[in-house]
Amino acid sequence: MTTSNQVAIEAVGLVKKYGTTTALAGVDLSVPTGTVLGVLGPNGAGKTTAVRILGTLLRPDAGHATVGGYDVVREAAKVRGIIGLTGQYASVDEDMSGRRNLVMIGRLLGMSRADSRSRAEQLLERFELIDAGDRIAKGYSGGMRRRLDLAASLVGNPRILYLDEPTTGLDPHARNGVWETIRDLVLDGTTVLLTTQYLEEADALADSLMVFDKGHVVASGRPAELKAQAGKQTLDVRPSEPAHLERVAAIVAEAVGVRPSVDVVNALVSAPVTDGTALPVVVRRLDEAGIAVTELALRLPSLDEVFLALTGHAAEERPADILEGASR
Amino acid sequence: MTTATIETAPAQRSRPFAWVQQSLTLAWRNIVRIRQNPEALADVTFQPIIFLVLFLFVFGGAIAQGGGWRDYLPFLLPGLLVQTVVFSTMGTGVGLNDDFAKGVFDRFRSLPIARISPLIGAVLGDAVRYTLSIVILMATGFALGFRFDNGLGYGLLGLVIVLGFALAMCWIWVWLGLTMKTAQGVQGIAFLVMFPLTFGSNIFAPTSTMPGFLQAFAKVSPIPYLVDLERALMGGGPIQKPLLVTLAWMIGLVAVFAPLAIRAYRRRT
Repeated sequence: MTTSNQVAIEAVGLVKKYGTTTALAGVDLSVPTGTVLGVLGPNGAGKTTAVRILGTLLRPDAGHATVGGYDVVREAAKVRGIIGLTGQYASVDEDMSGRRNLVMIGRLLGMSRADSRSRAEQLLERFELIDAGDRIAKGYSGGMRRRLDLAASLVGNPRILYLDEPTTGLDPHARNGVWETIRDLVLDGTTVLLTTQYLEEADALADSLMVFDKGHVVASGRPAELKAQAGKQTLDVRPSEPAHLERVAAIVAEAVGVRPSVDVVNALVSAPVTDGTALPVVVRRLDEAGIAVTELALRLPSLDEVFLALTGHAAEERPADILEGASR
Repeated sequence: MTTATIETAPAQRSRPFAWVQQSLTLAWRNIVRIRQNPEALADVTFQPIIFLVLFLFVFGGAIAQGGGWRDYLPFLLPGLLVQTVVFSTMGTGVGLNDDFAKGVFDRFRSLPIARISPLIGAVLGDAVRYTLSIVILMATGFALGFRFDNGLGYGLLGLVIVLGFALAMCWIWVWLGLTMKTAQGVQGIAFLVMFPLTFGSNIFAPTSTMPGFLQAFAKVSPIPYLVDLERALMGGGPIQKPLLVTLAWMIGLVAVFAPLAIRAYRRRT
């Protein structure tokens, strides 16, 4: 029995309706043991509904799913024994200290008092929460709170972990910390289902990706395949002297063959490219012209751009949600 | 691809009385929260003291008709005991609603624990909260000179009955807490019900001075019977009728609201 060809999470034809709104319209997914599936999509796409069903918090209206070989409806108790859940829901108790939260979960899982305490200590240390461990969780920063959420879902050493937008609203440093932890868990053999609104995050962590839109899976594959489908990357050049904008624009136009857009306010020249071949040309020309730049980058398409490419429409019906999600 | 089942941890497999320990752990959580949350702690500790001192010294002289607050204390304290406990029952609903809104219940539900444990834990934890309120109020009363004139046994029985009444009544708030959208909504309804129920009764003054409609209301409300019972148990007087009416109400409240609450709970978990 090898682990590489086992399925940890499998769902067939999941449907969930809330009144007249269809949250999931027949979703199939399959996550091999020990891999990371990234589920990408804007708010309202059905990501959270799918995770709640796979986490036994919600019953599907149609279709079925197994987690670790157990049916999520008929064998919910067994599923709960092997999963960990972290996200916008499944929260810790804000009115208790981080340590007490972890001890409580240990006790609920049937650990002895001593085991619960040492497990809590271990997790606090791992997530750099030792100093804050005895403070009430309400006062934690966003990053600390997310680390505590993650620690809380790991008390029982789950083999399968659901992370619902684990880094939304975190600063880059805190985000990197969470990513590091997720990578460590995967190295230990944990299977991870991760939802996110950031293509960059899915790209950094996931072995395979699914894009949800209005309850449907609109694309799936490895990150590189999806990016290829989504097409263009963007070349950004920011001269250190705003006065050089026009000359930079001319250089980029010549190298790329397309007239770039010039953002005067941010002193940024951007042009769509299909690959990275234009980059060395631009660097050489800038050097010859003696123009210094503060930023020179090939940027991945944003979620909006992927969406546009994959679905033919922008996530335009919920622009407010996306903004809200991005700033949270 | 093949699907193999993953072994669950041995500790989670078969513990016949696991739900008891889980419920106790969650009751412990509710008690810890009171201790760590200054607002909740003040509700339980200072509010009974302030109410007693306030009503005793502000209204005591007037209501006791010249007898002064010392004469009012044996009348007021059993009534205030009822009011304090009845008011604190609404906290059960507010707390449950809050747990659902904040996702704490989803965390519990994602764990391999008995489904009913969080509910039992909430009610058990609140029983401790009610007890604390009772102890603090009675201690203040005793410090001001109150005594169980009918003997310690009857006095303690009175405390047990008022606690039992609270545990019966809390099912109303568990039910509302599970069915209403926001904690503020629960609180709003609670005040709307609690104020007429407690002030429109014999807690602060005999109902005989009140207008007819209020007397009629007091006749059908359970509160005056419970207050009469407490006064009788602590200071003497006829016990049988108020005891029977109170017990009937307790049974009725549990019979109606516990099933409603458990059905609402099942629907949400």
